[in-house]
Amino acid sequence: MSAPAYRSIDVRMLVHAGAEVVGNGRAVSRRRFLAGTGAAAVAASGAIGLGLAHAEAVSLNLPSALPEGTRATAVLDALPGKKPLIKLSYRPPNYETPIEYFRTAITPNDAFFVRYHLANIPEVDATTWKVVVGGESANGQTELTLDDLKKMPAVEVVAVNQCSGNRRGLFEPHVPGVEWGYGAMGCARWKGARLKDVLDKVGVKKEAIEIVFGGADEPVIAEMPDFIKSIPIWKAMEDSTLIAYEMNGQPLPHFNGFPARIVVPGWTGTYWVKHVTSIKAVPKPETGFWMNPAYRIPLGKFPVVERFTSQETAINTPITEMVVNSLITSHAEGAGVKASSLVTIGGIAWDGGYGISTVDLSTDSGKTWQRAKLGQDLGRFAFRTFEYSLRPVRRGRQIVMARATNKIGQTQTSELIQNPAGYHHNRIQSLMLNVA
Amino acid sequence: MRIFAVALLAIAFAVPAAAGEDLVQLKKGPGLDKVETNCGACHSLDYVEMNSPFPNATVWDAEVTKMIKTFGAPIDESDAKIIADYLKKNYGS
Repeated sequence: MSAPAYRSIDVRMLVHAGAEVVGNGRAVSRRRFLAGTGAAAVAASGAIGLGLAHAEAVSLNLPSALPEGTRATAVLDALPGKKPLIKLSYRPPNYETPIEYFRTAITPNDAFFVRYHLANIPEVDATTWKVVVGGESANGQTELTLDDLKKMPAVEVVAVNQCSGNRRGLFEPHVPGVEWGYGAMGCARWKGARLKDVLDKVGVKKEAIEIVFGGADEPVIAEMPDFIKSIPIWKAMEDSTLIAYEMNGQPLPHFNGFPARIVVPGWTGTYWVKHVTSIKAVPKPETGFWMNPAYRIPLGKFPVVERFTSQETAINTPITEMVVNSLITSHAEGAGVKASSLVTIGGIAWDGGYGISTVDLSTDSGKTWQRAKLGQDLGRFAFRTFEYSLRPVRRGRQIVMARATNKIGQTQTSELIQNPAGYHHNRIQSLMLNVA
Repeated sequence: MRIFAVALLAIAFAVPAAAGEDLVQLKKGPGLDKVETNCGACHSLDYVEMNSPFPNATVWDAEVTKMIKTFGAPIDESDAKIIADYLKKNYGS
């Protein structure tokens, strides 16, 4: 890709708080960053901690469509073991990945977004951690340690983990929730044991209709509903559904579910339960708050192939597979480019696991579309990079639109599909460049 | 009320404030103390600012009700009203 052109925003270190210990027992510094304005990134002198240099590369670049309050409260902040990410909330931690990290198909672990519902997040000790596998519709119960899992046949899959509410902050009218911009997603190479192999250890009865997951993160008060999620038995038995203990060749970061999490390629992040400690086969639909009414989409509004029928009601259904989508990542909104010189527009496209077939770009408000060149294919669940070179002639504002289509012919929408929780935002992006 | 205050203090200890959230400063005004002790017991207060200023009075009322009914926040009725009024006045549309 050609030299990136961002609207450059400084990242300055403001505060260096005390050391904290994270899951792997390492003491790391917590650093807080705030975006300022200026031309060049400045690293504060005397900076302590890990890789402050990384801070130079990122910028807040908050979309102007976000709620005013979101734009006021979001800052770059580094959680222990993480690079500075866009902090939306401190407790529970909700941090999104700046778009600069989406120029490659694989998102680095330390830049991978963080999303929690419950603020009670223990530091799990890998040596004592275990997952209990059983449930009413299992023939027995067993406990697996991390070593047990690692002794099982290992599977790797490159898959996108995207929050159901990614881009919620771009909904108009706005809807309440974590007001994500573009970065509540990431793509990693996950390695782990097949969930089906784990379930085979206890044996699942024919009556089982759902597999239910619980994690080590817990409510703050007893009355608060614990984060319990289920998937249909057929999805649990697919070859690509894993209990992953590695992410891009490393142990999972604490804030991404160390030491093991559920990976459901193609489906939104809500099912990818972190710090998983319990897996149950059940004969009835799971009824907890996080299955219903949370994480629901209106029936029939979205082009969804994989349905979760045991959870469907007359009006809504659980969110399942991701809708086809794309994001231009070579340039931020309002980036400056030079007239009459070649500009390479790059980005990523993804979907719910059918695979990307084409990405098209338009520079005339969608009247005509030109085909972008696709990058390496890392599998049907992965980000697929794309690139298209153009030579803007007229000075002034130039809108560039990107539209991905998947292998079953689904494409991005031109109008947002409204829904109460602000899910599945895949409206075609219109990125404004300043040609000078 | 005293028992409530003690209980909330215990909650605040159970899940300590995250580093950095002391930087979050909500608008000063009547009811802010109730917002800090009640809402702040379970989540950082940037949740309020992040979700603003678009919610109208109905939406803020629904949010406060959700925190009590769905998420079990131990907030009595009079405090709930003070909190909702604060949110509507300072972070509403």
